[in-house]
Amino acid sequence: MSSPKTEYEREPVPPKAQLGFKSFVGQYAGEHTAGTEIMIGPLFVAAGVSAVDLVVGLLIGNLLAVLSWTFMTAPIATRARLTLYYQLEKITGRKFVVLYNLVNGIAFCFLAGSMITVSATALGVWFGFPMPGLNDLYPNSVGWIVAVFAVGTVIAFVAAAGYSTVAKVANYAAPWMVLVFIAFGLVGLKDFLVETSHTVNGLGDVWNLAQTAIWKGGDPLPGQIKFTVWHVMFFAWFCNMAMHIGMSDLSVFRFARKARYGLATATGMYLGHFLAWIAASILFALQLHRDPLHTDVLPGPLAAGACGVTGLVLVIIAGWTTANPTIYRAGLAFQAIIPTVSRFKVTFATGLICAFFGMFPAIAMKLLGFVALYGLALMPMGAVIFCDYWLMRRFGMQPYYAEVSGKGINWAPALAWLVTLAVCLFAVRQGYIGLYFASLPGWFIAAAIYLGLSKILQKQPQTSIA
Amino acid sequence: MRILLPIISFIGLALVIGAPLVYLVGSLEKDLMKHLMLAGTILWFASVPFWMGKEKA
Repeated sequence: MSSPKTEYEREPVPPKAQLGFKSFVGQYAGEHTAGTEIMIGPLFVAAGVSAVDLVVGLLIGNLLAVLSWTFMTAPIATRARLTLYYQLEKITGRKFVVLYNLVNGIAFCFLAGSMITVSATALGVWFGFPMPGLNDLYPNSVGWIVAVFAVGTVIAFVAAAGYSTVAKVANYAAPWMVLVFIAFGLVGLKDFLVETSHTVNGLGDVWNLAQTAIWKGGDPLPGQIKFTVWHVMFFAWFCNMAMHIGMSDLSVFRFARKARYGLATATGMYLGHFLAWIAASILFALQLHRDPLHTDVLPGPLAAGACGVTGLVLVIIAGWTTANPTIYRAGLAFQAIIPTVSRFKVTFATGLICAFFGMFPAIAMKLLGFVALYGLALMPMGAVIFCDYWLMRRFGMQPYYAEVSGKGINWAPALAWLVTLAVCLFAVRQGYIGLYFASLPGWFIAAAIYLGLSKILQKQPQTSIA
Repeated sequence: MRILLPIISFIGLALVIGAPLVYLVGSLEKDLMKHLMLAGTILWFASVPFWMGKEKA
């Protein structure tokens, strides 16, 4: 997740404000080793993934994500140096950006809600109230509701009142969190070795344990879909699709001196979305090994079992520090729609909505599907920005058409977004394509609709912008 | 103090990752490992705010 930048919101970032490679290395390493990783790792095991499929899928999928940031997002960001919202406004018009902000804000609310869910599972270890199971859709105890509401209210207040303090805590916690995630993996591995009476004389023995005891493949748990190498690869690639192909991180990389700084995202992908996912999934596989009927994915108990109080602290801090910027961003998106209400009130109210969503375990327990849906929802605008920047002039059309023509809404990108979403969701619903894969053809559909409609709508030649 | 605080912090981090490593190779009880990780966590968070981000101050 990217930290919000409030400077240069309606102008290109000047050279004096541009940042070096190291700034992005630290930022991405911290932001992608987050509370939700403790949720996502176990869900791979629940999906019946095999060791080869997991490792190969994650290696390739994360590489594709890094390349997407490097070759799609960063080159536009370092040339235009504008925020996503301002660039969208130039292309689509002010009125459409309001709708986009609404969808974006709601998606952020769901995401932050799942992070609050993760944090609340740590309280369950301390207070011992019943917590939701893998297939629960609704809150299952008063204790759970109270815990989520309490955590959510605190997070909402802090996001509204003291975002900068949380950002500092997140920076302090980042290196520590990476090491605790690695510790999860080491402890889980050791416990597996002891409980399966394996002896390790080399990496071959570890790999044998991984294939035969940790990620055995086979059928998924009831209520989950089976994951192959393709599912893992596309999930790893597309789980941050809103940020890279969807172009949200234009707002981050507009500060980068060079486009190649997109490679810095590799730290987040291979620490958070490789090591942390694998470590968290080892802990869940261990839980299933001990009791095959214990299928609940609860980060608090998993972390406490492995690393004690340190694990619980990680669950709380990881959920808290990642929910805060997400709530803050959702608040900004909503505030753009109702600018007369103070940022504090909007952000606090947004946080309470997130807490409400967090009470429903379905969001966290179905996080893989939700994240894929979130990427799908924002992907078409990435295709529009890509085409507008690189292809419009080549095809004899006007980029930044809404700004140049003075239109409040440019229907070409608006319809490209809505029609692409409708087509993709229909195809998924009818079973023609899986949710995890739909964004790939969807990108080309959005690009084709945008270019085609622009050709029709831009009938008269416009004066070129500089 | 400027030199000491980062040293304390990194000792904390070393405990956080070192204890599970020693546990993995079989030379440490799990409860002791958890205590050492907690001690490392406390050392890290108690010392890091006083120097991180203030190097050039």
